[in-house]
Amino acid sequence: MNFDRIKEKLEILADAAKYDVSCSSSGGKRKNNGGLGDSSASGICHTYTEDGRCVSLLKILLTNHCIYDCIYCVSRKSNDIKRAAFTVEEVVDLTISFYRRNYIEGLFLSSGIFKDADTTMERLVRVAKKLRTEHNFNGYIHLKSIPGASDDLMNEAALYADRLSVNLEIPTESGLKLLAPDKNREDMLQPMRIVQKGIQQYKDEKKIIRSTPKFAPAGQSTQMIVGATNENDLQIIKVADHFYKNYGMKRVYYSGYIPVTVDNRLPAITAEVPVLRENRLYQSDWLMRFYGFKADEILDFNMPFLDLEVDPKLSWALRHLDQFPVNLQTADYKMILRIPGIGVKTAQKILSARQFQVLTIDHLKKLGAAVNRAKYFIDFTYGNPFLKHLTDLNLRKLILSGSQSKFQNQFSQQLTLF
Amino acid sequence: MTTLLYDGTFDGLFTAIFEVFEYRYQDAEIRNRENFQQENMFAEIHEVVTQQEKSERVLNKLEKSIGKSGINDLLRVYLSEDLELEQLIFSAVKQSIKHPNENILQNFANDDILKIAKICKSVSRERHRMTAFIRFEKMQDDIYFAKIDPDFNVLPLIRKHFKDRYADQKWMIYDLRRHYGLFYDLENCDFFYPDEKLNLNLYQEKFHDEEKRYQTLWQSYFTKTNIRERKNAKLHIQHVPKRYWKYLTEKYNS
Repeated sequence: MNFDRIKEKLEILADAAKYDVSCSSSGGKRKNNGGLGDSSASGICHTYTEDGRCVSLLKILLTNHCIYDCIYCVSRKSNDIKRAAFTVEEVVDLTISFYRRNYIEGLFLSSGIFKDADTTMERLVRVAKKLRTEHNFNGYIHLKSIPGASDDLMNEAALYADRLSVNLEIPTESGLKLLAPDKNREDMLQPMRIVQKGIQQYKDEKKIIRSTPKFAPAGQSTQMIVGATNENDLQIIKVADHFYKNYGMKRVYYSGYIPVTVDNRLPAITAEVPVLRENRLYQSDWLMRFYGFKADEILDFNMPFLDLEVDPKLSWALRHLDQFPVNLQTADYKMILRIPGIGVKTAQKILSARQFQVLTIDHLKKLGAAVNRAKYFIDFTYGNPFLKHLTDLNLRKLILSGSQSKFQNQFSQQLTLF
Repeated sequence: MTTLLYDGTFDGLFTAIFEVFEYRYQDAEIRNRENFQQENMFAEIHEVVTQQEKSERVLNKLEKSIGKSGINDLLRVYLSEDLELEQLIFSAVKQSIKHPNENILQNFANDDILKIAKICKSVSRERHRMTAFIRFEKMQDDIYFAKIDPDFNVLPLIRKHFKDRYADQKWMIYDLRRHYGLFYDLENCDFFYPDEKLNLNLYQEKFHDEEKRYQTLWQSYFTKTNIRERKNAKLHIQHVPKRYWKYLTEKYNS
C-alpha cells in the first residue's frame, strides 16, 4: 500500500465529507460473535474536532468526482478542486485498522456521483458487504442512499448497513430547483420509501421468525441546510415533522450554511454561519421528539421564525402564561416537561422524589433544574414568592437579566441599612 | 463510638456493615485500615476480617429492595475512591433496612442519596470516557496496548465492553495510577497485578511496523474533518478535557 497516496486521498475525501453533520453511532444492534466490533450498546463519541463536533465514525467520501453541479456543494462538477477516489479495499483497511485502535465506532461512507446512481450505490454496498462478510465486522456502518438508486440495491444496502440516509439539503422544492437544477425531489424520496418499507417488513417478520436478518436497524436520517435559501423556520420544522411522521426518520439534522462559493443565488461568501439559528432549530426538534410539543405549537404563521433571544420552550411558556403555574407535587409528567428550565432527566427525578416528600425550591436546585428560569412558573405546596412576577409585563426581561429581580432589590436595600 | 477498620475491599466493607448489625453498635463508623489515623481517642476499634459469606448476605438482602442496578450504584461509589465512600454506602444500607419495601436510592431529596447519585454519575461518565478515549497501539508481538490514568478506578467497569468488542485481537489496558491492568489473550480476559510498575520508557521502539503510519493517518483525518469556519475551542475542551489529551493519538502534536 502506498502510504503517501493513501494519506493524500484521506485528506481530500475527509475534507469533502465533513459537511455531513450526522455522526451518530447509536441504534445498531449487532453483537460480536468472535469477530471484530460490537455496536449493540449506545453510541460513543471517540473524540471531538476543534469546532466541537463529535467524531464517532470514519466519515469519508468514496470519491469526490461528481456529475452534478449543485451550487451549494464543494464537490460540484464545475468547482476546480483536487479529485480522488478510494478503492473498496482501501476503505475496508482504513475502517478495520482505525476500529482496532479504538479510534472509531465504524464507517460513514458517502460519495460523489460518478457515472450514474446505481454504479455509485453498488460500490458503496460492496464496501459494506466486504466488511460484514469477509472481515466479520460488527461495528457501525452508515451508508448514504444515492438519489435515483434502484430498489434492489437499496434493499441490499440495508442488509449490511445500520443506518441509511439521503440528505434533502434544501428544505423546499423551489429552493432545490434553484440551487441544484439537475436533482429532483422524487429521486431522493424513493430510496427513503424503499428502506422505510423494508424496516416495517422486517419488524413484522421478526415477530414470527426470530432469525430474520437485520435490516437497517438504526433507521434513516436526513439533513437540511439552513440559511442557503430563504425558507423560514416554520417551513423547516414542518418539513422535519413531516419526515418524522411519514418516513419514520430517526433524526433530522440541520446544518447552518457555510459559504463555499460566490454566486448571486447564495449568501455572500463573507456571511457568518447561522450557528444560533441552527441551535434553536435543534432545540425545537428536541421539543417535538422528547417533550411532546407539536410543530404548530412551537411556531405559527404569525410567528414564522424562532426567537433567537430565548429558547423555544421558554418562548412557548411566555406566550401561554395561562397554563402556569404548574404544581410540582401534583402535576403530570407532560406538564412538568413544559416548565422552562426543566429537562427530561430532572422531570423524571421530580416524579420519583416527590413520592418521598414535599418538594421545595432547594430540592429543585439540587435535582439539576435551571432554577433561575423555572422558579417563575412553578407552584410549591408551601407557596412560591416568585409567582407574583408571572403576571408581570416585564417577565421576559426579568428572566433574561437572570438575577436582577425586584425581590433581590428589596433584599439589597435592607442590607444597606447596616 | 466504635470505629470498624476494614481492608479496603468491597467485600470487606460489606463484612464491616454486617458486623455493625451483628454486634449491635449504636454509634459506628467504618474506615479503611490503610489510611486510618485515630482522631477520636474515645472511639473503640473493631478490626474486621473480610468474610465473603457475610458480605453476600448483606448484598442479597439489599438487592431485594434496591435491585441489581442499586447494587451496581453502590459498587460505583466504592470504585469512586471518594473519601466519604464508607459513610455514604453505610448510610444507604441503613436507610434501606429501615424502609425495606422502598428503593431508597430514588429518594433524591435525601442528601446522602443525592450525593450517591452524583458520584455514580461522575463514575459512569469516567467509565464512558474510557470506552471513548482509550487508544490502542499495536506492538511487535501483535498485542494492542493502551495506558490509562482515570480519575476513578473504572477498569473493572470497562472489562466487558472491551471483551465484547475486540474478540479477535490480543489487547491489554494498563492503569498507570493504580498499577494494574487487564489482558485479553484471545481466550481469557483477566486482571494482572505486576510486582513492579511497568517500565514504559522506550516502549515506542517496540511498536509494530505499521503503527506509526496509522497514527499519522488518524491525525490527518482528525485535522481534515474539522470545519475551520465553525471553530469553537470552548466546546472542544468541554468535551475533551485537557487532562485526557496525553493519551489521545490525535492530540499528540498539540
